[in-house]
Parts: sequence; structure tokens; C-alpha cells
Amino acid sequence: MRDLKAVGKKFVHVMYPRKSSALLRDWDLWGPLVLCVSLALMLQGGSADSKDDGGPQFAEVFVLIWFGAVVITLNSKLLGGTISFFQSLCVLGYCVMPLTVAMLVCRLVLLASTGTVSFIIRLIVVGAMFGWSTLASTAFLADSQPPNRKALVVYPIFLFYFVISWMILTFTPQ
Amino acid sequence: MAAADDLKFQEFDDAANLLAANPDATTISIEEPVEIPKNQHSRLQEPGREEDDELLGTDDSDKTELLAGQKKSAPFWTFDYYQTFFDVDTYQVLDRIKGSVFPVPGKNFVRLYIRSNPDLYGPFWICATLVFTIAVSGNLSNFFIHLGKPTYHYVPEFRKVSIAATTIYAYAWLVPLALWGFLMWRNSKVMNIVSYSFLEIVCVYGYSLFIYIPTAILWIIPQKVVRWVLMVFSLCLSGSVLVMTFWPAVRDDNRRIAVATVATILLLHALLAVGCLAYFFDAPELDFPAPIIPAHNGTTVITKSH
Repeated sequence: MRDLKAVGKKFVHVMYPRKSSALLRDWDLWGPLVLCVSLALMLQGGSADSKDDGGPQFAEVFVLIWFGAVVITLNSKLLGGTISFFQSLCVLGYCVMPLTVAMLVCRLVLLASTGTVSFIIRLIVVGAMFGWSTLASTAFLADSQPPNRKALVVYPIFLFYFVISWMILTFTPQ
Repeated sequence: MAAADDLKFQEFDDAANLLAANPDATTISIEEPVEIPKNQHSRLQEPGREEDDELLGTDDSDKTELLAGQKKSAPFWTFDYYQTFFDVDTYQVLDRIKGSVFPVPGKNFVRLYIRSNPDLYGPFWICATLVFTIAVSGNLSNFFIHLGKPTYHYVPEFRKVSIAATTIYAYAWLVPLALWGFLMWRNSKVMNIVSYSFLEIVCVYGYSLFIYIPTAILWIIPQKVVRWVLMVFSLCLSGSVLVMTFWPAVRDDNRRIAVATVATILLLHALLAVGCLAYFFDAPELDFPAPIIPAHNGTTVITKSH
């Protein structure tokens, strides 16, 4: 119960990103796991003419998110960051939440229609959530970096969320 | 007692006084006075070597070699060892990228920008960006080319990302490995002025790939001529960075081997570009069957697929 409350508090922190140390201090990986699994599940069922042309498989999404988060954490530590390994994983994982919400909205919109209007709505929603994710994770992680290397640390985070957003945006149902 | 004009050097006052007192004493001038024997020494040098010095940056390469020896002292199983490869600031990375995109003729990229501080940040993240840029741009370009065709159904083609990743990372890390091994082998046979460490070669290759990122984005334009012009342009830029880096390293070798080495480097680079263009980007005038639309008044209209 206490763990559930902690996870819930972190979700709220991501929704209203402020520079708080609660997210960083008590890290947990439950939230990122739930988010990653739900995102990977929602990305299933995409259309494919052949197996090679479709969207990402479950394992591919999973590996992309976790491997990407590990690489970004290693990158920030190698550049001299003071944040711990699991704290950084925790932050990056929780900040996937806006994109998971975007995926949910996209699937709902795609249920209604698949035309140009729905694409524009999806584009706006995914774009906004991408910006939110990047800003939220940057707000938490930027302080732990040496000041003349901040851009070097923020750029991979940008790339990471961009790739996830691209996967969400290009999802086409059968 | 010996007159000061017996001496060739331009003396300062102190030394002149001392020598006047004791003419047979040996003198050592430690400071480098401006008028001294740079002129005498450079007369002995071959005239062609001056541009080599510029190319090699030999004026500070000795110092930097010494410093390099002192830097990486942590054993390779500690985290600190790998941290030495990420010892770059934002402006340094941006400078190196700028140096790879605007190659100055005659300036060696490694000597000018890397200066014995090779980093792994640039090569790794430039390759990652290039992988995703090529995959995304290819997908977008195919979408725009086939847009409007009634038989076309959009697919995200995610499998191509792993293919792109394998290709680009293999090129950016295995080709430097092979090149480094080759240069080491030739170094044991022929005494070369210049030899690069493995990381410096990886650095040059990584940063030279940067020009392909905007090129890949511009390849979305579905015109064959535009794509080939872009390809040749970016190939010239990044190829020149590679050539200017590796030509001093192989120049002293057998002429044919030197030319063959540089030609192979350029050929592999071109192969990468052409291969990416061919595989990830569909040709704009593909032989899709032109849809024949029967018009109402009996005449058929064939639309051109362009």
C-alpha cells in the first residue's frame, strides 16, 4: 500500500514537474515498468503487409525503452553527472507517462476515424506530450549535471522521447 | 677579448658582457629570442615540409603526446577510465562538428580539433542520430512518394531501424578498427611520421558522418537529381575530412599502397551513402502501375506516376 502511494505520488510529480527531490530520493522502478508494458501492449496490433514492414513488436519497444534509458543514464554519468544510476532510470521511466497518455488518446482517435483530421489531432497531441516529457525529465535531471555539459546530456533525452513519439505517431491500426 | 663580431648570434647585453669578460666560455641560450636561428634552421628544411608541419600540427603535437601519456592512467576495469573518453564540453563537441562540416583545406581534423582528447560522445550519438534520421526520413519520403496511390497502405517499417543501426554502427566502429590495424601493420614496416590511436580514428569517422544527418533529412525531397547532388556534396565534404586526416599517415609508404588505402577509405564511405539512399529511400519514379481511370464519357485517362 505504501509502495502504491509512493508510485502514485511520483505520477503526480511528473504531471506537474517542479524541481522536487522526492522523485529523486525514493526511486522505484514499478512505475516505469507499468508504463513501458502498457505502451508496448498498446503499440501492438499495427498493420503489416509482411512481418518485416510493420510497427515495432512488444520486445522491440521494451528493449528500446529500457536500453535507451540505460544508455542515457550511462551517458550522463560518464559526462560527470552526480545522479545515481537507478534514480536516473526512475526519472526517465516515469517521464514516459505523458507519451503513454498520448498513445491512449491516439488509439481512441483512431477508433473514430483514420483520415487527415485524425492525423492532425494525433500530431498535435503527440507533439505536446513529447514536449512535456522532455521538459519534465530535463527539469529533474538537468541540475545534477556540470553546467558546461548540460546540452550534451539533454540532447540524448530529446532523441529518446522523439523516437518513442515517432513510434506512437506512426501507429496505424489494421 | 674575442671581438663580438666573431660570434654569429645576436647577443643580448648580459651575454655580451659576460663573453667580453670570458670569451672562451660556452654559452647556452635557453630563451628563444625572436631573431634567432629560425631562419638558419628553416633554410636547412626542405620547402615542401612546411605545409606538412601545418598539416600535422607538429608545433604542439609533442607536448600533447606527452600530456596524453599522463592523462589516461586509470585501469580499464574502472569507471574512471571510461570517463576520460567523455571529457568534453558542449562547445568542444560543437567545434568538432563544425570542423567536420567545414573542412579547412590543409588542416588535419585530428590535429586541429581532437588534439589528443578523443571522445566517444560524438561518434556514439552522431551514429545514433543518423540511424534514426535515416529510418524516419526514409519512412516519411516513402509516405510522400506513394501518397495518393489507391493501393498504398502506410506501414511504419520499423524493422529497417535495426538494419540501419547495424550498418551504421558497424561502419563507424569496424572500419576504423580495420584501418587502425592496417596502419599499425604498415607502421611496423615503414617509419611513418604520423600514427593515430584507435580512438582518434573512431573520432574522425564518427564526426565525419555528421554531414549525412541534414543530408538524410533533405533526401525526403522526391527528386532524383536533388538527391544525387546532395549525396555528391556531402560525400565530398566528409570524404575530404577523411582524406586530409589519413593522407599524411600513409604518404611515406609505397606510393601504390598509399593511394590504394585512401581510395578504399573513400570507396567504403561512398558505398555507405549510396547503400543507405538505395535501401531506405524508394526511387521517386518507381514502376508502379499507373492507375487507369475510366472517365465517364468513355475515354480513359492514364495518370502519370511522378
